[in-house]
Amino acid sequence: MSQPFRRASGGRIDRNRPLTVSFNGKTLEGFAGDTVASMLLASGQHLAGRSFKYHRPRGILSHGSDEPSALLSVDWRHDRGPGYRDPNNRASVVEARDGLVVKTQNHWPSLALDIGAVNDLLSPIFVAGFYYKTFMWPKRFWDKVYEPIIRKAAGLGEAPEYPDPDHYANRHAHADVLIVGAGPAGLAAALTASADASKRVILADEGAEPGGALLNDLTSTIDGQPAMDWVEDAVATLDGRENVILLPRTTGFGYYNHNHVCLVERVSDHRADAPEGLARERLWQVRARQVVLATGSHERPLVFENNDKPGVMLAESLRAYVNRWAVLPGDALIVVTAAASAYRTALDAKAAGMRVEIVDIRLGADCGPELAAARDAGITVRTGHTVIRALGGNRVGALVVAPIGTDGSIGPKLTLDCDCVAMSGGWTPSVHLFSQSRGKLAFDTEIDAFVPDKSVQAERSAGACRGLYDLGAVLADGFAAGSDAIGGAASPQPVEASAAFTGFQPVRVLPSDADPSRIKAFVDFQNDVTVKDIKLAVREGFESIEHVKRYTTTGMATDQGKTSNMNALGLVAGILNRPIPAVGTTTFRPPYTPVSFGALIGPARNELFDPVRKTPIDGWAAQNGAVFEPVGLWRRARYFPQAGEDMQAALARETKAVRSTVGIFDASTLGKIEVVGPDAAEFMNRIYTNAWNKLKTGGCRYGLMLREDGFVYDDGVVARLAENRFHVTTTTGGAPRVLRHMEDYLQTEWPDLDVFLTSITEQWAVIALQGPKARDVLEPFVSEIELSETAFPHMTVKTGSVCGVPCRLFRVSFTGELGYEVNVPADYGEAVWTTLFNAGQKHGITPYGTEAMHVLRAEVGYIVVGQETDGTATPDDVGLSGLVSKVKPDFVGKRSLSRPDMVAAGRRQLVGLLTKDPNEVLDEGAQVVKDPGQPIPMKMIGHVTSSYRSENCGRSIAMAMIDDGRARIGETVFATTPTGFTEAVIAPAVFYEVKGETADA
Amino acid sequence: MLDVNLASRAPALAPRSSDAGVTVAPLGPQGRLSLRIKPAALGDDTAIDGFDLSGPINSRRSAGDGAATRTALRLGPDEWMLLCPADDVEERSEALAAALNDTAHSLVDVSHRDVSFVVAGAEADSVINAGCPIDLALAAFPVGAATRTLLGKAEIVLTRLAEDRFTVTSWRSFAPYVQGFLVEAARHQL
Repeated sequence: MSQPFRRASGGRIDRNRPLTVSFNGKTLEGFAGDTVASMLLASGQHLAGRSFKYHRPRGILSHGSDEPSALLSVDWRHDRGPGYRDPNNRASVVEARDGLVVKTQNHWPSLALDIGAVNDLLSPIFVAGFYYKTFMWPKRFWDKVYEPIIRKAAGLGEAPEYPDPDHYANRHAHADVLIVGAGPAGLAAALTASADASKRVILADEGAEPGGALLNDLTSTIDGQPAMDWVEDAVATLDGRENVILLPRTTGFGYYNHNHVCLVERVSDHRADAPEGLARERLWQVRARQVVLATGSHERPLVFENNDKPGVMLAESLRAYVNRWAVLPGDALIVVTAAASAYRTALDAKAAGMRVEIVDIRLGADCGPELAAARDAGITVRTGHTVIRALGGNRVGALVVAPIGTDGSIGPKLTLDCDCVAMSGGWTPSVHLFSQSRGKLAFDTEIDAFVPDKSVQAERSAGACRGLYDLGAVLADGFAAGSDAIGGAASPQPVEASAAFTGFQPVRVLPSDADPSRIKAFVDFQNDVTVKDIKLAVREGFESIEHVKRYTTTGMATDQGKTSNMNALGLVAGILNRPIPAVGTTTFRPPYTPVSFGALIGPARNELFDPVRKTPIDGWAAQNGAVFEPVGLWRRARYFPQAGEDMQAALARETKAVRSTVGIFDASTLGKIEVVGPDAAEFMNRIYTNAWNKLKTGGCRYGLMLREDGFVYDDGVVARLAENRFHVTTTTGGAPRVLRHMEDYLQTEWPDLDVFLTSITEQWAVIALQGPKARDVLEPFVSEIELSETAFPHMTVKTGSVCGVPCRLFRVSFTGELGYEVNVPADYGEAVWTTLFNAGQKHGITPYGTEAMHVLRAEVGYIVVGQETDGTATPDDVGLSGLVSKVKPDFVGKRSLSRPDMVAAGRRQLVGLLTKDPNEVLDEGAQVVKDPGQPIPMKMIGHVTSSYRSENCGRSIAMAMIDDGRARIGETVFATTPTGFTEAVIAPAVFYEVKGETADA
Repeated sequence: MLDVNLASRAPALAPRSSDAGVTVAPLGPQGRLSLRIKPAALGDDTAIDGFDLSGPINSRRSAGDGAATRTALRLGPDEWMLLCPADDVEERSEALAAALNDTAHSLVDVSHRDVSFVVAGAEADSVINAGCPIDLALAAFPVGAATRTLLGKAEIVLTRLAEDRFTVTSWRSFAPYVQGFLVEAARHQL
């Protein structure tokens, strides 16, 4: 396609930089500075999509982010492989560049010939709420038949089918003044706010270049110069100020608490030369002391029959295409308007060589100077006229217009040929961000619009977004807002601007004598909502605008009703005969425009999704074939399969080795807290249920910690390293919360205690050696510590050296076997592990993982907090009442332990379960009942908490929490299985008796 | 007795260069002592074993140079992170403990717990701001500032050595994430 509708000169395009874009397989030509929409129009292509519900042909309505109709599927980097396509891009804001591949949406088999358009003929059944009425019966058809068909027939673009390969960046920023919108008001605000260089100013605009509406404007002057000269001077001035950050292509989409405003910057989509891997978009999270909203306004369409024909555009948008992009959207233009501003479009189009007529809803007497200006330019103006309908197929071909009598009657009809229409129903201030900031809106009858009233946060609005439409007033307001944002310190620079054509007469639906039940006059183009639909909704009792919105879907989807909301609202108010403020407005929610998931996610994907915490020994484990599992953020070795082994086989080998020779286990993830200070023992007494005063230096004790409510919170071995120094261990998953719990009590309840907590989880790598040969392996490498049973008995700790490295050596066991936990500084962990492992070869040393660790501890009846306990277990429930001091005056949870229900009979208690079939392994979480023959719902008497196949026991073993369990030992019960029930006998929760040198805690 | 000096240090991560204008370089081993002491107990004697503890909260004070460099980061009302050369940490620990013998305090060696990076270059602040929400303008976070904060989903301690030079410190197991985050952010600089 060539560019038959491109003007010979002018426009803000670079004719020295031609480019091409693929559009439905055809080649579009254009220039740097174009959008896909302006290229389409330059080629004469108005048809740009099919509508949501009726598959009606749709064109390009606007030139900005409010575009409801021209939605494209864009493959941003076709040359880089799949995954760069995303749907529902508005053609009006997709910047053209070489290599873009764009396609229209929602049609089959082709854009021009769409079978789905039959929906348009069937439209009497597709009225508002038709989903809810039509597809009620039979009910089972909804999932399988109705919904898939509706989803296929109605809808926008297709979701991407590949993961997004692009990168997205994130940036936190702080500013004294954030200005959203770089039109005349925003630029003026930035000039004053940044003038004395003391304030950090960020000026963001969603457009490719600053200037806002002035980019479309060839006639306005500021201080006697063309308005764009002033814009260029302003931008140059701001560029030269070090305290200003100018962000083009950056949309402010969300206004949150404390002036936290989120912007999304399009970094590379517009760059043909963008290196692969450069972020596509950047999310800016700005915390601003003050915010100036200069977000402009949206033009309203007019509502008449077939107002959705391709070629029917918003008046200001048509002007933008003519002036900014040097494109004539047709030869014969009719401007239909209820607003003075559209006369500027007519004048500019005429000057550019189009044939132009104006149809004005207003009476001549209600018009301003624009009327004479148009007539002086030789333009035919029909005032007091309405549009009955547009004619045409895939492109508007004529308008049927008629005069409106003083009594409202429709006069003789006249058909005016045309190939494009510019319409204006006036203007709606863009109050989205203001409303998101929780500011209160007020309805201004003068301009028929909601405008910002009371601010809740430190912000103010300036210019068209608060209903000022005259250029001089907008500039003055911008200067004042910039000054206000810095405490009124800057004196505004007065400027003279040429007068703008302002003022409009609100009109909801153009008067017509056609049968309203037979015509389609669109209020919301994107959702195919017509006047009829809204009337129907109100007739059916939906009077709240929020309900009308949900019932008809008006104001939803990518444009969020930017063009349609005021027309819908006015229509509802008119039908109900209530003032607009009484009907209210729908809530403005973020995002202002669609934001990609990528921008919100930023770098948080793949390896940067979450930190994967690895121990110092992780590298060795990976090299030695470990299968890993996540435990919180940690990745831990689960088991070490040898060739041909499945998990069960590896587990059998690992668990047997620990009980027959020696196993080596990476326990580095155990939480560790160093508790230090003169009041350390007192603090331990208050936090744990056990007593600590009698624990001698060098001794270890198993500690149990409760919450205030008396339920088990965490457990672990604690060593007393010195009179005032404890080395506390916690569960792997519990480490952060235990430290928080301790700090909470220390800071809020006992600030008088002289004790300090330091996390040392990651200071120490912990290597557990467990099994009869543990001492034989360790002994040669230890210096300064004697390992004999008498010198170093179970549950003691000594400091010394292992492999020449300073070490805290614990004689502890979580397997029941002779065991040591070797704590060495983390950087030495791998070397010490490797040394012990190599030396242990002659003793049959076997590395084991978390799975074997769980089986081994269950064999000897040790609980795991969070597995046997679920936040409702008391110490006695899990058989640990012996750890609760009866003599201590207080500890966290003590009072709760004497509450009646905590000491009541019949509580669930920890027991063992032995299946009748020793080879059957129960499901963890399986429910337990006394009699499987009882009627449903059955009485459940407990559940399985841990269940394993134990090689050392030669059978399956399980732990369970059973009502009054300890009194039921020996009873037969039934546990659920995926297919029914299986029989088991309640037993003590200890399954294996350790032989030889034991470690009975 | 066997020769038992078998173990050598293995750092938490391998260097991973960032070829962008901002460099992200892991620092080698360092001596790190977490000192906790209530200000009332500390009194006016704010120079302990050559560490200058006089700085306000969120500040960094450094004294001496080369092998004798002693740095104190004040991270809270009663919390300092004391930094010294790695092979000096035992000696410093003993000297500090002796100096504070009569005062309620906690001194814990965390040299192996933490890993530090130097982030340097003209846009170093914005690379850190990719994941750190605090204001890094010179006026708000001047040279000599130090604070505990966040980088993405990791907790870090951030210090500013110069206008275009920071250290970022995290726990050992978070270091690969922190390094990856910073290297990724450095690729997308303006």
